[in-house]
Amino acid sequence: MIAVVVQPTPMWYLLLSAFLFAIGTFGVLVRRNPLVMFMCIELMLNAVNLTFVTLGRELGSISGQTIVFFVLVVAAAEVVVGLSIIVAIMRRRAGVNADDLAELKG
Amino acid sequence: MELFVFVCATLMIVGGAIGVVVRGNPVHAALSLVLTLFGIAVLFVAQHAEFLAAVQVIVYAGAIVVLFLFVVMLLGVDRAEDLRTDSLSGQRGLAVVVGLGLLAVLVAAIVSGTDAIISRGNAIEGATNESADANIVQLARSVFADYVVAFEVTSVLLVVAVVGTVLLSRRRANEVRPEGGRPS
Repeated sequence: MIAVVVQPTPMWYLLLSAFLFAIGTFGVLVRRNPLVMFMCIELMLNAVNLTFVTLGRELGSISGQTIVFFVLVVAAAEVVVGLSIIVAIMRRRAGVNADDLAELKG
Repeated sequence: MELFVFVCATLMIVGGAIGVVVRGNPVHAALSLVLTLFGIAVLFVAQHAEFLAAVQVIVYAGAIVVLFLFVVMLLGVDRAEDLRTDSLSGQRGLAVVVGLGLLAVLVAAIVSGTDAIISRGNAIEGATNESADANIVQLARSVFADYVVAFEVTSVLLVVAVVGTVLLSRRRANEVRPEGGRPS
């Protein structure tokens, strides 16, 4: 029996979170529904959280996890404010997508 | 064992993330987001960040996604968006280029920083890997001792967010309703 057990190295975690961040960016650029764009921003935030935890573990510091804790709190506040802005916009103009919000266009 | 956990969590994360991007219906996208968030929580546990995993499930999957679903239902936008058309010509192609370019830059940065990361590796093994209890104790010491000012500022931020949300979503008395809008 071959006893070669491959253990995931921190590089794997970092590459996974880079991939997740790229998917989130792609989603923000491609989707036009403001709600789904917001969900893609959450994907990017989670990719960064994963990076923080991985690096905190590798560098032997608990500060990485502390920062993730604060990121979670700020993300919650951000989602609440952002969703209320979206609700305020949608209430005036039903069925709007990101391309229709061009009032500032010169 | 850790490999098995990592592969399963990776499948969850990547599948959920792709689901968020390609699903036309916002409700399906939100449910895919739950899958990704659970995968991230699994990886937190695998890296001995047990408290953060619990907070991730409670705050993200429990509160934020429910808020998303609530807004989707409230606004009635739970129709599928037509994803086949490209409203801005060349947007898809440019987005693919930007996404792949960003991925390439990030991977290059990670690979070039390997030495700085790995050389000091496993230093935390004795620090946080003892038990779940040790992780929570350390995190509490860090938050309430070293970062206590940031913690207090965070509470101010939460109050500001709550007040701002109430102000933003308040309906003024003389506001005109959109035509065809349901009275509420």
